Amino acid sequence: MKYWIFSALAFIAAFGLALSGVNEYIFFAGFVVMQAIVLATAWNILGGYAGYVNFGVPGFVGVGAYTALSMHLLFHAPILVQIAAGAVMAGVLGLGVGMLTLRLRGIFFSIATIAVVFIVEAVVINSRFLGGATGIQLTRPTEVWLFGSYTRMLFVVMALMAVVAVSVARYIQNSHIGQGLRAVRDSEEAADCSGVPTLKLKLIACAVSGALIGVAGAPMPMYLSYVEPASTFNLHYAVIALAMPIIGGTAHWAGPLIGALILGTLQQIVTVTISSELNVLVVGLLLVIFVVAAPDGVIGLVKKWKASSK
Amino acid sequence: MIFSFDLLFEAVMFGLLLGCFYAAVSLGLSVAFGLLDVPHVAHPALLIVGSYGAYLLGGWGIDPLVSGFLLMPLFFLVGMLLYRFYYATFESRGTAAGVNGLAFFFGVAFIIEVLLIVAFGVDQRSAEASYIGDSLELFEIRIPYRLLVAAGVALLLTLVLTLFFSRTFVGRAIKAVGQDEGALQLMGANPVSIKQLAFGIATAVNALAGAMLIIVSPVDPTMDRIYIGRAFCVVVLAGVGSMSGTLVAGLILGVAESIVLTMFGASWATAVAFGLLLLMLGIRPHGLFGR
Repeated sequence: MKYWIFSALAFIAAFGLALSGVNEYIFFAGFVVMQAIVLATAWNILGGYAGYVNFGVPGFVGVGAYTALSMHLLFHAPILVQIAAGAVMAGVLGLGVGMLTLRLRGIFFSIATIAVVFIVEAVVINSRFLGGATGIQLTRPTEVWLFGSYTRMLFVVMALMAVVAVSVARYIQNSHIGQGLRAVRDSEEAADCSGVPTLKLKLIACAVSGALIGVAGAPMPMYLSYVEPASTFNLHYAVIALAMPIIGGTAHWAGPLIGALILGTLQQIVTVTISSELNVLVVGLLLVIFVVAAPDGVIGLVKKWKASSK
Repeated sequence: MIFSFDLLFEAVMFGLLLGCFYAAVSLGLSVAFGLLDVPHVAHPALLIVGSYGAYLLGGWGIDPLVSGFLLMPLFFLVGMLLYRFYYATFESRGTAAGVNGLAFFFGVAFIIEVLLIVAFGVDQRSAEASYIGDSLELFEIRIPYRLLVAAGVALLLTLVLTLFFSRTFVGRAIKAVGQDEGALQLMGANPVSIKQLAFGIATAVNALAGAMLIIVSPVDPTMDRIYIGRAFCVVVLAGVGSMSGTLVAGLILGVAESIVLTMFGASWATAVAFGLLLLMLGIRPHGLFGR
């Protein structure tokens, strides 16, 4: 109950902020942080709970973005419909990838997911409808109900998606699915032998995780009013989706949320104040430092600190 | 799609040469991942570092191949240190499996990539040597000398490593540690120092392979992504830790890529390695020559 009150308050705060007269840039940057929360939470459902590392995040982001683009080009669909379509397609991709590769051992699964990025990118580059290698320019609606500007509206939509993603992750963690996935992470053979339906659970995790990554990618064409393959299939998505849960802590639903808030905000600050190259470097360094020194993330550090201060 | 027999012949020809080169690029990974079971996704990033090393030394007029050899000791050392660190932080604590080891090497790869971008920019760089640019005319096919040189060195490298792993004491010890670590320990050998040595060799090979890469084509810092696919494709295709298998797998990938390139164009060629990899993982995950 406390969780629901808190998420409702967080969402209302985001909504209120969008209606107030604050500088437009806040929403431009805030969108990225909200998107980071969705990405990190989505990745963690498979990577954190089940221990299957998905490097193919840009592929799923791309499927979300280009499905949304198709919906826009074909039907002028509103943003929520675009996101829903992106989620469905990315979810189907996740299920497909899962069926192909989840019988594989950890690293083979991860390498196979990199393949997804290159194959989806090749399809997009060779499709004239999707803009090919040069990309497509979009026109955003100038009149937006209630919010006035499209960026403000997108920020609120993404905040809603963040709440949805975290709630889904929390639900999975507390249900039998999460229990089963944890068993898979600790020892897949033992889980199998004890009658845990490992393949089914992994497929569920793969599809849900993929769909939510698609949700994170779907608003990108409208957000930038431009979409092209090089930035859509950027490896950067794979690194932040991996880094944020590890920084926060992968075992709990709050870990990716904490990691995304820390890293997402830090990134915005570094990009603006120093440079965007350094910003990318910071992500890589933080990832390695946490993996080496604090593999349980911020949550693990806090727990350790609490235990030692008692 | 235009089909002609000459074109196909030429594609196969190029593919075989390219394949030798792919095999050389994958040899180090075959040791690090195939034999030692280290999830070394940063291997291709180190390959690109090798290329930039050759580029830097090229500034003083040193031939890329010579700089490849010159850089080998340095790479050997870096590899030893990297494994030492990996062992101390993950393997010795038993946390290497799963997310951590992979995330560590992925982070390392990413850091290398960004540092290269900061140091050299995103533009492509190429090396200069007498054999780059010219080509040999044979049966009305023009074969660039650069490919011939790279393929020749690659074949030599494969031969040397195959002999090393089958004939020498140290080489056999490395194979043994890949097969049964516990048994080796009972024989009184220290598996960690042998693994460290093997990792050093795997990384040293990268110095030379990187030099070959910059001979074959211009390089840019983000190229390691494509080579993650190519190198893992070759290693998986070959089966775990098989040196001669690596050569055959490299040739298969080279020919497949070259044919797709001629028939369908360059934008599909990069997807070939990954497609082949997925196919292989789906039907025969232990590889063509795996045990």
